[in-house]
Amino acid sequence: MFAHTFMKKLSELEVGKKGVIKEFTDLEMSVKLMEMGCLPGEEIKLERIAPLGDPIAVAVSGYMLSLRKQEASTIILQ
Amino acid sequence: MKAEIRVALVGNPNTGKSTLFNLLTGLNQKIGNFPGITVDKKTGFSSLPDGRRAEIIDLPGTYSLYPKSRDESIVFSVLADKVHETPDLIVVIVDASNLKRNLLLYTQVADLKIPVIVALNMMDMAKKDGITINIDSLSKKLGVPVIPISARRNEGIDKLKEAISYANKFALQQQSIDVKAIAPQLVDAIGQEMQLENPYYALQLAHQHEHLSFLTPEQSSRIEELEGIHQFHSQQAQAAETIARYNFINDLLYDTVKTEQTAQEETLSNRIDKVLTHRVFGFVIFFGILLFIFQAIFAWSAYPMDLIESLFIWMQEGVHKIMPAGPLTDLLADGVVAGLSGVLVFIPQIAILFAFIAILEDTGYMARVTFMMDKVMRKVGLNGKSVVPLIGGFACAVPSIMSTRTIENWKDRMITIMVTPLVACSARLPVYTLLIALVVPNRNVWWIFNLQGLALTGMYVLSLVSAIVVAWVMKHILKARERGYFIMELPVYRMPRWNNVLLTMYDRAKTFVIEAGKVIIAVSIILWVLASYGPGDNFKQIEKKYSQPQYGQKMKPTEREHAIASEKLESSYAGYLGHVIEPVIKPLGFDWKIGIAIITSFAAREVFVGTMATIYSVDGDPEEIQSVKDKLGTARNTETGQLTFTPAVSFSLMMFYAFAMQCASTVATVYRETKSWHWPVIQFVYMTGLAYAASFITYTLLK
Repeated sequence: MFAHTFMKKLSELEVGKKGVIKEFTDLEMSVKLMEMGCLPGEEIKLERIAPLGDPIAVAVSGYMLSLRKQEASTIILQ
Repeated sequence: MKAEIRVALVGNPNTGKSTLFNLLTGLNQKIGNFPGITVDKKTGFSSLPDGRRAEIIDLPGTYSLYPKSRDESIVFSVLADKVHETPDLIVVIVDASNLKRNLLLYTQVADLKIPVIVALNMMDMAKKDGITINIDSLSKKLGVPVIPISARRNEGIDKLKEAISYANKFALQQQSIDVKAIAPQLVDAIGQEMQLENPYYALQLAHQHEHLSFLTPEQSSRIEELEGIHQFHSQQAQAAETIARYNFINDLLYDTVKTEQTAQEETLSNRIDKVLTHRVFGFVIFFGILLFIFQAIFAWSAYPMDLIESLFIWMQEGVHKIMPAGPLTDLLADGVVAGLSGVLVFIPQIAILFAFIAILEDTGYMARVTFMMDKVMRKVGLNGKSVVPLIGGFACAVPSIMSTRTIENWKDRMITIMVTPLVACSARLPVYTLLIALVVPNRNVWWIFNLQGLALTGMYVLSLVSAIVVAWVMKHILKARERGYFIMELPVYRMPRWNNVLLTMYDRAKTFVIEAGKVIIAVSIILWVLASYGPGDNFKQIEKKYSQPQYGQKMKPTEREHAIASEKLESSYAGYLGHVIEPVIKPLGFDWKIGIAIITSFAAREVFVGTMATIYSVDGDPEEIQSVKDKLGTARNTETGQLTFTPAVSFSLMMFYAFAMQCASTVATVYRETKSWHWPVIQFVYMTGLAYAASFITYTLLK
């Protein structure tokens, strides 16, 4: 699983930076995330981090979504 | 009256669905139960332009037909329940400024092949974001009417009503995706087995059959069997379906929606968020808002409460004046009216509290609170979303426990339900205000802080702290059933819809008056009867005793009457009851009269004040009608002659009311929400245990 070290996760994005969703590492989570508009190919921007460091808020498919860091780590960016 | 057409309202959360529902139905709403599932059903009636009456059913907001929470699971159950009645028409309300995500739910609903109309809301917002939608082309491609509306500004509602009245009996929508491709053999097999024509309906049954009450257990296990045969994997199928649907939506939007690539200037919501979810200011503002709400509840309600109180005293006097003296008059004046006044007096506080909660939710601020608090809440076994029920708990545990349906995780939801009744609800308020007014002096310390206000704030803080501690303990006891997650939309900030706020106030106050009123009247009457009659010829004996000449000479007539009344109360049925539990509550500092109030207020806490009013009116001087506070303030222990309500007794009582589960409606709601007696019983036992311990410690320390 050497490739993993080069994969950038959504949870590793810096505030204000954008990325494009590539794939998911967790099937159960991916079903929920896709329903909420987080689809492969979609641009996603980290807007802010909650005052206590978790969860985070991202802008995706035209709205603001909040999710926990642990959930964001299942989203792999291109 | 039976409606001529049944219309279900479906849409994502935060799309203005409830505003539209209120516009369509006005005050013509009622809360009932869905057949088969015990979940509140909000329905209302709307008259259509052609003179027919439409029944509008408001379904919980959801992003998809696949439920993530209990609330969302209602949507498919209602749309698919062929055993009872499926709606004739579905109005899907979509947010024009976020069409793509909103259309996912539309395509799912449309594929059920019930006639559909799309209500395209928030066109103004879309325009501001540089989005142009070719409505005619969209409507043609979907095959259904698309009606642009602005629910907030009350625009396009007539057009929507027209469309509802013209709605076809047949579903005309275009098929969005090839459903059979997702699970080809299984869809056919279930379709054959259950004689279904609609492949998507069959696929949904495959996914959701375990949770659908309209399926028989045999049908459900047969579907399970078929899934095994055809190797159906629910999550993979859902993922494939969602991707297929978004492909369809992307094609659809490609030439119907144009988005101008405006210079990405920072939105207003974003700028507000920078302040409201700021590392430091975020929490400062949140606690500031909470403090303001509690201050406002007391400051703003003082005048209307005085008014209601004097109105009832006037009524009580009126009843005594107009009606001939006798048991019926006493029952009406000292039982029913006295009992009711104790409760109705805090309508203003309930209305104000619910108005604030409605405003916080409406503006989108509550979602930010959830966002900020999730990490802390998770540490104690709760969830960011538990904040809403906990804050709502300050108003009333019943709607708050119902609002936990939005919490997806079973364990988080159960813990939230278990601790919400600990939060100081508005029913405790009259008990606290009364007891604090008795023993805490009304003066200021440090410029602005009123001692009584501080005592009350202390009770509120105590309630939150105890809820958090109990949650933390339960976190270690309960076992998780599935992994928890927190995926939530942060809606754009909006001005609150004042109509909506007013409607919530009216609705809650009305429900409170009716629900609490029923209990209060019943309890007051029973209590009055129990307090006015005694077993055997006890009462005659007492009268006979006091008619002896030695009492006539030694005592003044009023003194004699008073002595008769209190001796009668003590030997009445209520007195017996109080004496039975006296040994148990004596260590807490309570006498048998307080015992009666504790027994009656197990139905509802606010009954305490009414009971005290009733007991002390029976006991007290009938010539003079005093406020409850004055009656208790002068009450003396019959044995010792000391004042009954010393600080030790009063604080011990407050502790008891802080922890004890004295609310029949909450017990019933917890039963309904958890579908077992297991949880309400555990809750009742642990809360009463805590109450006893806290009271005992308080009394022992202060005595």
